[in-house]
Amino acid sequence: MKKKQSVGPVETKYFKFAEPPNEMSLELGGKLGPVTIAYETYGELNSGKTNAILVCHALSADAHAAGYLEGEKAPGWWEGMIGPGKAFDTEKHFIVCSNVIGGCKGSTGPASVNPATGAPYGLDFPSITIADMVEAQRHLIDYLGIEKLMCVAGGSMGGMQALQWVASYPDRVRSVIPIATTLKHSPQQIAFNEVVRQSIMADPAWREGNYYQYGQPEKGLALARMIGHITFMSVQSMEEKFSRRLKNANYNFKFDADFEVEGYLRYKGDSFVKRFDANSYLYITKAIDYFDLSGERLAPEGREADPRFLIISYRSDWLYPSIQSQEIVRALKRRRVDATYCELRSTYGHDAFLVEMDEQQALVRHFLDKTFEGYEVVRTYDI
Amino acid sequence: MTSDALRLDYKIIYDAVEPGSRVLDLGCGNGDLLYFLARDKNAKVQGIELNDAAIYQCVRKGLSVFNSDITTGLIEYPDQSFDYVILNQSMQEVTNIDFIIREALRVGRKVIIGFPNFAYIAARFMLFFRGKAPMTEALPHLWYDTPNVRCLSINDFRNFCGEKRLRILKAYYLGSKKLLGFWPNLLALNAIFVLTGESEATPCEFSDEKKGERC
Repeated sequence: MKKKQSVGPVETKYFKFAEPPNEMSLELGGKLGPVTIAYETYGELNSGKTNAILVCHALSADAHAAGYLEGEKAPGWWEGMIGPGKAFDTEKHFIVCSNVIGGCKGSTGPASVNPATGAPYGLDFPSITIADMVEAQRHLIDYLGIEKLMCVAGGSMGGMQALQWVASYPDRVRSVIPIATTLKHSPQQIAFNEVVRQSIMADPAWREGNYYQYGQPEKGLALARMIGHITFMSVQSMEEKFSRRLKNANYNFKFDADFEVEGYLRYKGDSFVKRFDANSYLYITKAIDYFDLSGERLAPEGREADPRFLIISYRSDWLYPSIQSQEIVRALKRRRVDATYCELRSTYGHDAFLVEMDEQQALVRHFLDKTFEGYEVVRTYDI
Repeated sequence: MTSDALRLDYKIIYDAVEPGSRVLDLGCGNGDLLYFLARDKNAKVQGIELNDAAIYQCVRKGLSVFNSDITTGLIEYPDQSFDYVILNQSMQEVTNIDFIIREALRVGRKVIIGFPNFAYIAARFMLFFRGKAPMTEALPHLWYDTPNVRCLSINDFRNFCGEKRLRILKAYYLGSKKLLGFWPNLLALNAIFVLTGESEATPCEFSDEKKGERC
């Protein structure tokens, strides 16, 4: 059943641009080039090129949003949302997902080889922002021949990219779906990211970022990810998932993982080390902290056309609480932008946008129907 | 389905809204009214609704809705953002009515308010002869599970408009199936008022004004 609704086998492709001397200029100064972007596409671009949707990933995900890569058992990270007959319907839409720059999943990042030295960039990698990630995506979208995206969607940091698209290229986006995200990080969110960064940098194996010939700062990176996982869950989802259950029958008084929750975090931390670059974690968390589209920046006065918005938050998400989505709503109301906002019930916390599919699917599907067919869809609905 | 099949209060509001208007519906429910306004009157509509199941219905119809309560729903909108702000069957469910109507008149040129009439004859009978909290077609809830927190009659609301210097542009009195012409405070189940802010006194522009006004 699941396989049947899936896009099935997929492959990651690579797009290279900004070859020197035409390097990409970065928001905070500095240049980057050449730049490689790893991306996947699902569905077919129609002849008018009007059905393209860009899906943006969160902090640690990648271009592999749906389907199955050769030799892998697990599907892409948003398999529940993307596929034939799903909210992002590959029978109707052409879906693009790319790995952010600064990442380590095929796009250029601190672990990539610096052409100037022939060694990995490490901390020589320039500071990047969410706007730079979007700028790189814009190059990809140009390359794919898409003038105007039907929609840009994403959760968490993916939602920031969706919002940044509106700020950077309002006339190239018809609609946006920011989920479980914010216009700017609060001090609490910055604080969590700082603790995460400190845990990496406090590991001697980090070596000021020059660890590539020695191996990852595994302890620090695993600890960083453990902290992250706590913030992605809710009190209730942790209670349901672990309660106070023990791994073995008794407490062992040896600082091993007594409780299931400890074992879970250790497992998540250890497996993360195998798949994610520590410096990428530093760069990307900084990019998230620098992101700030508050005030007039999202929807400035006097702008001609505004994309339509579907904003979704989750009630149990305390990392990106609903009040931050309501801030987006307020910014849009000030400009009378056409928008829908819904706070969904879920106990999964911040993770909900990746696992809680029914309502999210229904909202996205109907919202896209209207975006796709224009206001005509209102005329055909039968009560 | 055409607008003729709409329930009576929707039909009246539907007819009252001019084509091409910008409309904000506070407590838009499943969006039936906004849907018809958008479809047949080319209105630019926005809903505000607290109930998530109702929001899904609205989005299914292609409508734009904010998940919010009525009190915070108007915040941040610039002055005169809408031609009409609708508060149909939702005003009696909030406590700070004065504030909400002020805000609605700031955000909209006209405000359409529909509410159940607590002085309806059957309600009076129920209270007077049976000594029980009134329940009618327009007040269907038992006292312990009603969403209503404000109990008002048509006369109460008219007095309120006078005191607050709100101009009544039009008033409609609703029976079970059709509009009523006389003794509204006694015979109407529901009332719908169209208000505007700019006013000296409260001239009543409706013809049935004098008939049974004090009932």
